Amino acid sequence: MSSPIFPDLIPVIPEILIAIFSMFLLILGVFLREKLAEPLIRYGSLITIFVAFIILIVLPEGEALTFGNSFINNEFCIYMKALVLISSAASILMAREFLHMHQMDRFEFYILILLAVLGMFMMISANDFIALYLGLELQSLSLYVLASFQRESTRSAEAGLKYFILGALASGLFLYGVTLIYGFTGNINFNFLYSFFGDPEFTVPIGVIVGLVLIIGALAFKISAAPFHMWAPDVYQGAPTPVTAFFSVAPKIAAIALIIRVMIVPFGNLGEQWQQIIIFISIASMVLGAFAAINQTNIKRLMAYSSIGHIGYALMGLAVAAGPITSYAKDGIQAMLVYITIYLFMSLGTFACILCMKRGDRMVEEISGLSGLSKNNPVMAGVLTVLMFSMAGIPPLAGFFGKLYIFQAAIQSGLVGLAVIGVLTSVVGAFYYLRIVKIIYFEDAEEKFDRPIAPELRGVLLVSGLFIVLFIFIPTPIISLAEVAALALFPG
Amino acid sequence: MIIQTLAFYLFSSVTVFAAVMVISSKNPVHSVLFLILAFFNSAGLFVLLGAEFLAMILVVVYVGAVAVLFMFVVMMLDINIAELKHGFLQYLPLGGVVGLILLLELILSLGGFIISSQSQSSIAAPRPNINEVTNTEAIGNLIYTNYIYFFQAAGLILLVAMIGAIVLTHRSRENVRKQNISDQINRRPQDTIEIKKVTTGSGV
Repeated sequence: MSSPIFPDLIPVIPEILIAIFSMFLLILGVFLREKLAEPLIRYGSLITIFVAFIILIVLPEGEALTFGNSFINNEFCIYMKALVLISSAASILMAREFLHMHQMDRFEFYILILLAVLGMFMMISANDFIALYLGLELQSLSLYVLASFQRESTRSAEAGLKYFILGALASGLFLYGVTLIYGFTGNINFNFLYSFFGDPEFTVPIGVIVGLVLIIGALAFKISAAPFHMWAPDVYQGAPTPVTAFFSVAPKIAAIALIIRVMIVPFGNLGEQWQQIIIFISIASMVLGAFAAINQTNIKRLMAYSSIGHIGYALMGLAVAAGPITSYAKDGIQAMLVYITIYLFMSLGTFACILCMKRGDRMVEEISGLSGLSKNNPVMAGVLTVLMFSMAGIPPLAGFFGKLYIFQAAIQSGLVGLAVIGVLTSVVGAFYYLRIVKIIYFEDAEEKFDRPIAPELRGVLLVSGLFIVLFIFIPTPIISLAEVAALALFPG
Repeated sequence: MIIQTLAFYLFSSVTVFAAVMVISSKNPVHSVLFLILAFFNSAGLFVLLGAEFLAMILVVVYVGAVAVLFMFVVMMLDINIAELKHGFLQYLPLGGVVGLILLLELILSLGGFIISSQSQSSIAAPRPNINEVTNTEAIGNLIYTNYIYFFQAAGLILLVAMIGAIVLTHRSRENVRKQNISDQINRRPQDTIEIKKVTTGSGV
């Protein structure tokens, strides 16, 4: 028997580093006193994320496959992983004050976030279905625990349980789909499947289509796209606010990366089979995100519907990428990456505002609580207004450009109807974003929110506000990075 | 050959019967017992396939650990079955329709199933000759080499499950009498024993 080759570990260094650091910090936390452990491990996890970020940037360029082709690292992975790291670092920073205030400041919180990040990295880099599934489960399991981290609150426990049961259902659907794909092709490696389906003599058996649909359903659940969105509002509302902030960005980005890779790489040659499914999911999410959010009174629930809507716009880019013309497909993916990058900053900024909404050490989650904020705290009111305008897609803010690129890509590739629906739903969506602005500026002032705002929250607010306002002047770095990332998906 | 066929039908029919009983029996304890029966018969099917290692693992892990754990949970939780069954009829039509659609999909997709002519060439790991290596060795050769990544990832998932269980359930309760060995050893006689002179006839 031939001796096995030792796998190339260089592309996996960030993952190995996060795994080792998180286990080390876990042991450290267990042996230290409680008061000492929490701050130390918070800094430890931030350092881990920072070091991982640096390593990610200095990794050798180009595509690297390892572990028997089940792990891939290229520019696309690096771009998505960098977004995941930025959003988790921001979530850790924003969490400190909230956790302290609710006596939830236990060190396991940061360990679970690190392990969830590790799971997301594995999802992003997966190049076969087993690696994908293991990453997905590592991530989801950490997220279930994080959702019910506030043990005293029944809402939080309910959120965790609901997320867990529906997540298990989605995992079941996913595995069922994968077994069908495996049964009809005999392999689970993405590159193998790409060339297998690319064979001109290959006629698509119905089993592969059923498998494909099941996989899309499970992935749509993970990105909370309609009609698989039912868990999102309840989980967003029930989970502790910093966890909701984390949920609305990092896992979304990882799952978006996953759905892009799964659709483009293994099923890239089946574009005409899945394009209509993605178009349907995209339209359903945009419409639901726009109309269901109108009646919401809880701002976390509102953000859940808003994120469903944003996912719908982002999926438009994927629908474009299903087309046969590679240059349009690349544009679609690029627009999608730019869109979720902008969404990341808008969402983080909005959640930083939500975390500032507290009176007398109690969190305020009602939208009406914002009334008259312009008189009590003009700076925060200004930032929140900018964020809402950007979410609504009003020029010259970043949110407008995100939508612009997506619609451009859709129209260019002939999906005019989809783009028109997108424009119409974003007009409807503007209603509830602007309602918040109206409440801030034109309603009688309520009691003031607690001051001072924690320095971390101020930092996140500043960065996201600056990003959104300045994107119009310096859009090139993001756009060119997204282009490089999108190109890595379409070799040759 | 005929014995093998008979054994296959015996094991598989008992497995299916036991699986149906798991979800339909009224008493949760019976459900767990049927689950154990299903596991044993699946283990028998593995033996028929020549995978005795998997068969033994199935018995040791699922029957020995998981089913016993289920049993403990069922007995400790005191689940009210009548309450759980409440609303069963109400959801039956919708659930039935969904089940029927899934069944139709299954039939449609598996109806067209043919074993691909390329299946031998696309197989991920060649099957070793069963006369040369035992199947424990064959699994070990793959798990710790080609599939080391999956193996380690699965380990991390179990770690998360463990952390999660502890985070969600562990509370440091007050007024619990715990043994603290260092306190016990560090106790000195002069801290705890008081010597009193008792004068005769007057008591303490």
